Amino acid sequence: MLTKTRWISGITALLACAAPMLALAEDAVPDKGDTTWMMVSTILVVMMIVPGLALFYGGLVRSKNILSVLTQVFTIFCLISLLWVIYGYSLAFGDGGSLNWLIGDTNKLFLAGITPDSVATTFSDGVVIPELVFVAFQLTFAAITTALIVGGLAERIKFSALLVFSVLWFTLSYLPMAHMVWATGGFLFEKGDLDFAGGTVVHINSGVAALVGALVVGKRLGYGRDAMPPHNLPLTLVGASLLWVGWFGFNAGSNLEATGIAVLALLNTIIATAAAALAWLAVEWLITKKPSMLGIASGAIAGLVAITPAAGLVGPMGAIILGAIGGLACFWAVTSLKKSFGYDESLDVFGIHGIGGIVGAIGTGVFVSPALGGVGVDGYDMGSQVMTQTLGVLVAVGWSGAVSLVLFKLIDMTIGLRVAEEEEREGLDTASHGERAYTN
Amino acid sequence: MKMITAIIRPYKLDDLEMAVAQIGVQGMTVMEVQGYGAQHGHAEFYRGAEYRVEFVPRVQVLIAVDESIAEAVIEAIANVTRTGKVGDGRIFVTDIEQAIRIRTGETGVAAT
Repeated sequence: MLTKTRWISGITALLACAAPMLALAEDAVPDKGDTTWMMVSTILVVMMIVPGLALFYGGLVRSKNILSVLTQVFTIFCLISLLWVIYGYSLAFGDGGSLNWLIGDTNKLFLAGITPDSVATTFSDGVVIPELVFVAFQLTFAAITTALIVGGLAERIKFSALLVFSVLWFTLSYLPMAHMVWATGGFLFEKGDLDFAGGTVVHINSGVAALVGALVVGKRLGYGRDAMPPHNLPLTLVGASLLWVGWFGFNAGSNLEATGIAVLALLNTIIATAAAALAWLAVEWLITKKPSMLGIASGAIAGLVAITPAAGLVGPMGAIILGAIGGLACFWAVTSLKKSFGYDESLDVFGIHGIGGIVGAIGTGVFVSPALGGVGVDGYDMGSQVMTQTLGVLVAVGWSGAVSLVLFKLIDMTIGLRVAEEEEREGLDTASHGERAYTN
Repeated sequence: MKMITAIIRPYKLDDLEMAVAQIGVQGMTVMEVQGYGAQHGHAEFYRGAEYRVEFVPRVQVLIAVDESIAEAVIEAIANVTRTGKVGDGRIFVTDIEQAIRIRTGETGVAAT
């Protein structure tokens, strides 16, 4: 079987070389460098989830709940991986005919028809990558988006309710958003909404869902009265660092090939993050006189979120400014905004991913301008681009908000969202999972 | 027999141990505790959420002594742990009804 396909690709390559005039898009063969880069990117994003996000969240909760958070993130990754290859990919990137503005089709259910030789197009004419690596790469995006929501529900969500929610939300919110923004024919794609690596699809989407979830599930027992500081900030830093390094795959891999734009995205992912981290550290230092580790780590994540939609579209200086704005906006969101409204969104998914995603999405419209060092887009006009970006934000907030609200309410009415009071006080590790993280 | 309970600053423990060893104390029990007296706690910030921490870490030392050396031990502890600043701690003295050395079964002063 392998020998046969090698022959076929060999002959195809030979034909492509010998008769360039006759080479058609369908005969294009993946470049090994591009394929390797996409494989590496996929692996990096897997690392962002396991253990990056798991540890980032784990260190932020109380010690009696760390295992529950680790288990929730790990399980969601595994679950969404399978659903992606069963029906997610087809619905996200297929052609839905009359419904193509919203969703794809079911032609590639179970990855039907996709072989190791199948190719997917990139942003460059005539350049292709193996379709399977596109499937795998996008799988990780679907998984991390769903796993992020855990942050808004931590320390009180029922494990079964979370898994049911994850399956339904992935299906009804992630897939349509991914299709609308990234697939040909998708409503926002056709409007010219720019989202390089998922500021809207991933961050605003999950941030809003986490906020809605936090509001429906309600505050943790004792919130505002009992002290519930992070129990292991070193773990949170380990998680944040794995997220940063993994994010190179997330952003630069979104270029789908190893070109100068991918490198631009990589560079922007360093400097926007650094700018945001320093901005958060600085404002925290000014206000509380105590620049904290949690502050700089949170600032870094805010910068990573803000640069996500802009990574391959803005210039390095634009990235620094966008990162700094993202850091400051998210600092405001997790301190002032949260305090004013009094919601208990435990791990600040909305404050960092939601707000950071909104800042990044709109900022992309500004900093993509060639006048500001960006790569520019055809027929660019800053005013109308910002309007389009804003439209994208509103659609994401509206869609995710509505779907999440309905799902959380439905699940609450049927199996219940929250664990019993005694279980919450005891801690989810023992109550829900029958294990203890620290035996001393 | 008297039980001397001293609640002191953690970094003073070694000084205390050396001081009372010179008077003839042969054992003690030490535990890490939290407490407050005249001094106030402090504030900690986690992403803008301010936590008032009223308690400060302290070390509690239990020493069982014969009445004859009790005064000397108390004075030694106080002298070596005093800094003059708020937060130096407390010493409490209580009566011991009975004391038993588990290994040998000795009771009374021989067991302190």
